[in-house]
Amino acid sequence: MILPIDPANKLSFKRFIKDGDLVIVYERHDTMKAVKVSEDGVLQNRFGAFKHSEWIGKPFGSKVLSNKGAFVYLLAPTPELWTLVLSHRTQILYIADISFVVMYLEIVPGCVVLESGTGSGSLTTSLARAVAPTGHVYTFDFHEQRAASAREDFEKTGLSSLVTVGVRDIQGEGFPDEFCGRADSVFLDLPQPWLVIPSAGKMLKPDGVLCSFSPCIEQVQRSCEALKSQFTDIRTFEVLLRTYEVRQKILESCPVNEGDSIERPPRKRRQGSAEGSNGTECSSSPAVVIRPSGEARGHTGYLTFARLKCFV
Amino acid sequence: MSIEEAVDEDSKQNHNSRLTYEGCNVLLDINDGDRLVFSRLTAASTLKIGNKKCSLQPLIGCPFGSLFQVEPGKEGTFLTRFVENAEGNGLEEKDVDGSKDNRALVDNNTAQSLTSEDIDEMRKQGAKGDEIVEALIANSATFEKKTLFSQDKYRVKKQKKYAPRVLLRRPFARSICEAYFKKHPEKIGFMRVDALSLLLSLGNVTANADVLVVDMLSGILTGAIAERLGGTGYVCNTYRGSSPYPVDITRMFNLSDEICKRIVHASLTDLNSFQTGASVSEGQEETLPVTHSGGLDEVSVPAEDGGMDVTPERVSSPIIKPVKSIKAGQKATLEAIKSWKENGFSSLIIAAPELDPWGIIKEVLPLLSFSAPFAVYHQYAQPLATCMHNLQIEKMAIGLQISEPWLREYQVLPSRTHPHMQMSAFGGYILSGTKISSSDSLTSSN
Repeated sequence: MILPIDPANKLSFKRFIKDGDLVIVYERHDTMKAVKVSEDGVLQNRFGAFKHSEWIGKPFGSKVLSNKGAFVYLLAPTPELWTLVLSHRTQILYIADISFVVMYLEIVPGCVVLESGTGSGSLTTSLARAVAPTGHVYTFDFHEQRAASAREDFEKTGLSSLVTVGVRDIQGEGFPDEFCGRADSVFLDLPQPWLVIPSAGKMLKPDGVLCSFSPCIEQVQRSCEALKSQFTDIRTFEVLLRTYEVRQKILESCPVNEGDSIERPPRKRRQGSAEGSNGTECSSSPAVVIRPSGEARGHTGYLTFARLKCFV
Repeated sequence: MSIEEAVDEDSKQNHNSRLTYEGCNVLLDINDGDRLVFSRLTAASTLKIGNKKCSLQPLIGCPFGSLFQVEPGKEGTFLTRFVENAEGNGLEEKDVDGSKDNRALVDNNTAQSLTSEDIDEMRKQGAKGDEIVEALIANSATFEKKTLFSQDKYRVKKQKKYAPRVLLRRPFARSICEAYFKKHPEKIGFMRVDALSLLLSLGNVTANADVLVVDMLSGILTGAIAERLGGTGYVCNTYRGSSPYPVDITRMFNLSDEICKRIVHASLTDLNSFQTGASVSEGQEETLPVTHSGGLDEVSVPAEDGGMDVTPERVSSPIIKPVKSIKAGQKATLEAIKSWKENGFSSLIIAAPELDPWGIIKEVLPLLSFSAPFAVYHQYAQPLATCMHNLQIEKMAIGLQISEPWLREYQVLPSRTHPHMQMSAFGGYILSGTKISSSDSLTSSN
């Protein structure tokens, strides 16, 4: 299971794969898949067929072979890996936003967190990790089928005891009254969050934190207007992740031959092994170089945080 | 949907308490972030604002998030609860189309007719800060000509000077990291709060986890992890040499005894020697406190720039000191070390600006259980690149990635929304990955 909710079944143990486990099948950093292990199960992919029966008893993190001799790795699921493999029923939140939201909402074990909408449950999984083992996440989506799929996912990842999925139009009806004054934090990912802000204010404990995620600045503008009366410490952020490429390269340290050093056609990519040294004294040793990746996610959404004022 | 259990649990945990109590740690935000002070609330503790000392007694038992204003009184200045007008500052209702501008403003220092002698006289007569601010506004020849936004700015500036406000904050990883990043970034290795939050995610920190850390950032990482463990699992600080790295920032958090017990340390030698069956060095069962050079005041930094400091406020009464025993950071028990040897740590987080990442990770990675995630923070990219390259070559880990978080804050105002003019351009690099099993040596490739 994704979290060590039961202390007797901690994360840190020699983890051996058993029948019924959820594993993340890792081909490459951008090709992963969640698989439920079953004794007679077979995973088919472009590398061939992998029999689950051969996985059982191996430690997580092991390399396993297909009938064609190709390999994949079997990893233990974490909320981060789950975010990369879950089925997208909606646009989801990714790690940079997720981490920041959990930190800024000041979620610690034992907290009660309200979320709407549930969407694909990417953030919900991390919220559950943060409130465990004694807290709870109540997440709402107005889409009955989507809520049901999310519920199935939480069952699959073993989070059902920490997450309750409700079907409700939060934007239209607000949060249920039973949560009045009991929420430590509220997270909104809705098209018109400003409509829910009065309700969110009722749910939060004094000094509790609200976060609203909106892709468009106009939404942020209206939300901030709505926050002013009851909330304080209103702050809007954008958080992105820049990833880097690392490789080994040979960089020439001096001209190879007289005359041809300046005007040179672009050379073919050299591999780690150096070509002929052309008789010069210069040694060009391979160096590890790093640069930002050429493409990146440029925008996800704006995160607006606010604290419920204390009027007491 | 009953939430009874969760609520009951909550009330037991003073860590998540929403009210201050005698002896709790607080973060005092003075004048909207101009000054940040960590303090322990006792009847005897005081806070110096300007040249006046104020007792912190009135703050005990108040909800976190409440605001206080400094007021003059017969027995010196004191802090009194300030409740903001529920209507906000009223700016939004007024005309904000910008019909006024600065064409009539001349900067010749004659706009204010109230002299400092006048103000002193008002003070002597016991005028409140707000009254002085109002008098300054009434005597400003240019105030009415200013735009609404400038008027508000003027009011805030004067209020900060004559009626300083103190906001009572909970010392959480978020606020502590922000405070240090703002005032003493070098103490926390220039790690911005978004980088810290990524480390906690990538290190899969959750209840019941046994997290191995190398924290050379004064304990900010250790404290943040302990906060997320909530009194379960362990955060085990390992170190090279004979003494553990100091974790004094953990004392700024409001960690309960339960949580502090979960912060332990063990030397690399102990963790490794035990691995090879040798015995752990002396004092196994005995849990020893981290040897700090002194009491709470040891981390206190003189306010060199006029009070703009993260100042852990010194508790003036010596009687308080014994109560303030350091609970966090005891030596890991033999039993715990043995269990980690058998089972491995569930994850690893390294934040050691002084160490070569590859040098340390190759030593500690074998201590993790298979498929354990890890994250390494560094303020320089090159050592992480080398480390990542070596991990790939040695086939020790997969899913390797170096990333850098980027954080931009916005000013959101009607018709005046834009990113902040000043921003932090760098918050650190993170290398993350997952340890793979080396037990089976398969040689075939894709």
